[in-house]
Amino acid sequence: MQALEYAMKKTMYEKIWDSHLVVDEAGQAPLLYVDRHLMHEVTSPQAFEGLRLSGRKVRNPHSILATMDHCVPTKNRNLPIADPIAKKQIETMAENCRVNGLKLYDMTDPNNGVIHVVVPEHGFVHPGMVVVCGDSHTATHGAFGALAFGIGTSEVEHVMATQTLPQKKSKTMQVIVNGALSKFASAKDIALAITGKIGTAGGTGYVIEYTGSAIRDLSMEGRMTLCNMAIEAGARAGLVAPDEKTYAYLKGREFAPSAQYWDQALAYWKSLPSDQGAVFDATVTLDAADIAPQVSWGTSPEQVVGVDGVVPAPESFSDEIKRQACENALAYMGLTPNTQITDIPIDYVFIGSCTNGRIEDFRVAAEMAKGTKVAKGVTAIAVPGSYHVKQQAEEEGLDKIFIDAGWEWREPGCSMCLAMNGDELTKGQRSASTSNRNFEGRQGKGGRTHLVSPAMAAAAAAAGHFVDIRKL
Amino acid sequence: MEPYKKHESIAALMNRSNVDTDQIIPKQFLKKVERSGFGQHLFHDWRFNDDGSDNPEFELNKPAFKGAKILVAGDNFGCGSSREHAPWAIADYGFNTIISTSYADIFYNNCFKNGILAIKVDKSQLDKLMAEIADNEGVRFVVDLENQQVTTPGGNGFTFEIDPFRKGNLLSGLDDIGLTLKHVDKIEQYEQQHKKNYPWLWA
Repeated sequence: MQALEYAMKKTMYEKIWDSHLVVDEAGQAPLLYVDRHLMHEVTSPQAFEGLRLSGRKVRNPHSILATMDHCVPTKNRNLPIADPIAKKQIETMAENCRVNGLKLYDMTDPNNGVIHVVVPEHGFVHPGMVVVCGDSHTATHGAFGALAFGIGTSEVEHVMATQTLPQKKSKTMQVIVNGALSKFASAKDIALAITGKIGTAGGTGYVIEYTGSAIRDLSMEGRMTLCNMAIEAGARAGLVAPDEKTYAYLKGREFAPSAQYWDQALAYWKSLPSDQGAVFDATVTLDAADIAPQVSWGTSPEQVVGVDGVVPAPESFSDEIKRQACENALAYMGLTPNTQITDIPIDYVFIGSCTNGRIEDFRVAAEMAKGTKVAKGVTAIAVPGSYHVKQQAEEEGLDKIFIDAGWEWREPGCSMCLAMNGDELTKGQRSASTSNRNFEGRQGKGGRTHLVSPAMAAAAAAAGHFVDIRKL
Repeated sequence: MEPYKKHESIAALMNRSNVDTDQIIPKQFLKKVERSGFGQHLFHDWRFNDDGSDNPEFELNKPAFKGAKILVAGDNFGCGSSREHAPWAIADYGFNTIISTSYADIFYNNCFKNGILAIKVDKSQLDKLMAEIADNEGVRFVVDLENQQVTTPGGNGFTFEIDPFRKGNLLSGLDDIGLTLKHVDKIEQYEQQHKKNYPWLWA
C-alpha cells in the first residue's frame, strides 16, 4: 500500500504531461495536446507555406498569439525597413496572420514587443498549460508553471494543423536554490551560475523544476529570467510551481481567466505543484548566498565566473574537451588567462532581450545608471522588451535617467540579443550584454559578448569595464 | 521527405564540441521565407574569409571532404536556438547523417523532420571514428538504417539505437502531420473533454 502511494506521487511536469496526453500507444511517439502557440516572423513563414501547400488549415486560431520582434528596427521605426529580405519576412508574417485569422501585434501595434515579454503581459499563458513556440526561449513561460518549450518550424506547422505534437517524455531534474540571494545578485546570476555548474548539455533530456526558498523569493519577472535560460543549460523546459505571486500577476490581465472562471482555474492551478515526496531523476543544489554577480568570459553560457574571479587558464580544466573549448574561447574573445574580470574593458552595453527586457530590469539598471555618464568610447543602448515596458519606464522617468547618462533609449525588439535587425557589434568589439547567448558571432561577426545582469551591465557602462557592484 | 536509403559516403570530420546553431547557420541568413537554399550559408562565419573566399583552415573546405553525406562531430552538437534553418542548411549542403555522442534536444528533433539521421554513439566509439577519418581523409562509411548499422573500412563499425517511430518515418519518408491526423477523432474527443475541464481556456 505504501509503495503504491509512493508510486502515485507526481512531479509538476508529470501532472502536466499526463493531463495533455491525447494518444499514448505502443509503437509511436505519445501525442501531446498544445494549449498555446506563440509566433514570430523568423521561424513561422515556412510552416505557413507547408500548410498552404498541403491544403491544411490552422486548427485553433485562438490558441495563437503572434508578434514581430527579431528583425524589427529599434530606431526610426516610422521609416520602411531598409533590409529588403527582412522587410519581406515582416510582410509575410502580416499576410499569414491576416489570411489565417490570427492575433498579431505587428510593428506599430501598442502591444508589440518581444514575444516572451509580450505574452506574459497579456496573461496569455497560465499554469498547467502546454505552450510552444518556434523559439528556444519559450522556456520563459515555465515561470508560470506551464510546460513551455521551443520547437522547430516543421513542428510549428504540425501544431497549427493538429494542435498536438509527438513528444518523447523528458526526465525530471530538480534544481534547488536555497538561502538568500545578495541584493547585488539577481535571477540572471542564478541562471548563469546553474549553467556554469551543470554545463550547456547538463540539462539535455530533462525538464528542470526550480525549487527552494531563493526561487520562491523571486518576483514573477525574476522567474521568467531564470526559466528563460533553462535552454542554455540544455533543458527542454524550466518550471516554477505557481503560487500567490503567480495568481496575483495573472489576475485581471486580458487573457487571464475571467471572474466567472477564476475560482475554478485557481483550484486547478493549486493542484499542480509537485507532490511532497515526488521523485526526480536528478537533483542539483545551489546555495543562493554563494552566488556572486556572474560574468561570462567565453563563447558558451557555461563559461562563466563570479565578477571577483579571473579569466581561467585552459590548463585549469582537467577535462580535455573543456580545456580545448577554453583555449578556443580565449582566442576568439581576445582574453589572457588570469586577467581579473574587473580589468576587462568593454565597448558596448546592451540592456534588453527576452531574458532581461522587463520593467524590473530597467529599474535596477536605471538605479545604477543614475547620475553617471557612459564611459568614453562606450556605446550603451537600452532596448525595452515591449511598448508596454517602454511606456511604464517612461512614466517612471527611467528613460530620462538613461538619456542623461548618455544612453540611447530605443524602441522594443530582440535587437542586439541576436543582431538580426542591424543592431550589432563590429569585429573585435566587446559587449556587456543582458541577453542569453555568448556564442561566436551572435551579436555580430567577430563581436565578443559577456553575459551579465542588468545591474552589472549598467555599472560597466559607466566604468568602461566590469565592476564588482558589491563594492560600489 | 525523401525516404532514407542505405548508402556509402565520405565521412567528414568536425572535431569540435558544442557546435551551436549560430555557427551552423548565422542569423543574417534567417530572414528568408523559403526552406531552400540555406546550404550555401552553412557554417558561413567559419567557412568563408571576410572577402568571401573559402577559409582553407575550415575542415569542411578540405577537398577530401567534398561531397560528404556523413558528418562526424563532437559532443552536444546543435546547441542553442530552435532554428530549423540549421538542419535545412545541413541537408541542403548534402549531409543526411550526423554521428556524435550527443545533440541538443530541439536540434535532434528537427533533424528527423528533415530526413537527417542523427546517430548517437559513445565517446570511445566516436574517438575511433574520428581517428579513422583523421588517418584517412576521404574515407567512406556505409550507413544502413534498416539494420541500424554503420560499417567502416577500418573495422570501426557499430550498431546504433534509434527510436522505432523516428526510424520508420525516415525509412518511409512519411509526413508526421499525416500520421497524427489519423488520430483526428481522438484529438476532437480530447478537445471536448478539455473544454469541460478547463472552460476558461476556451472562453
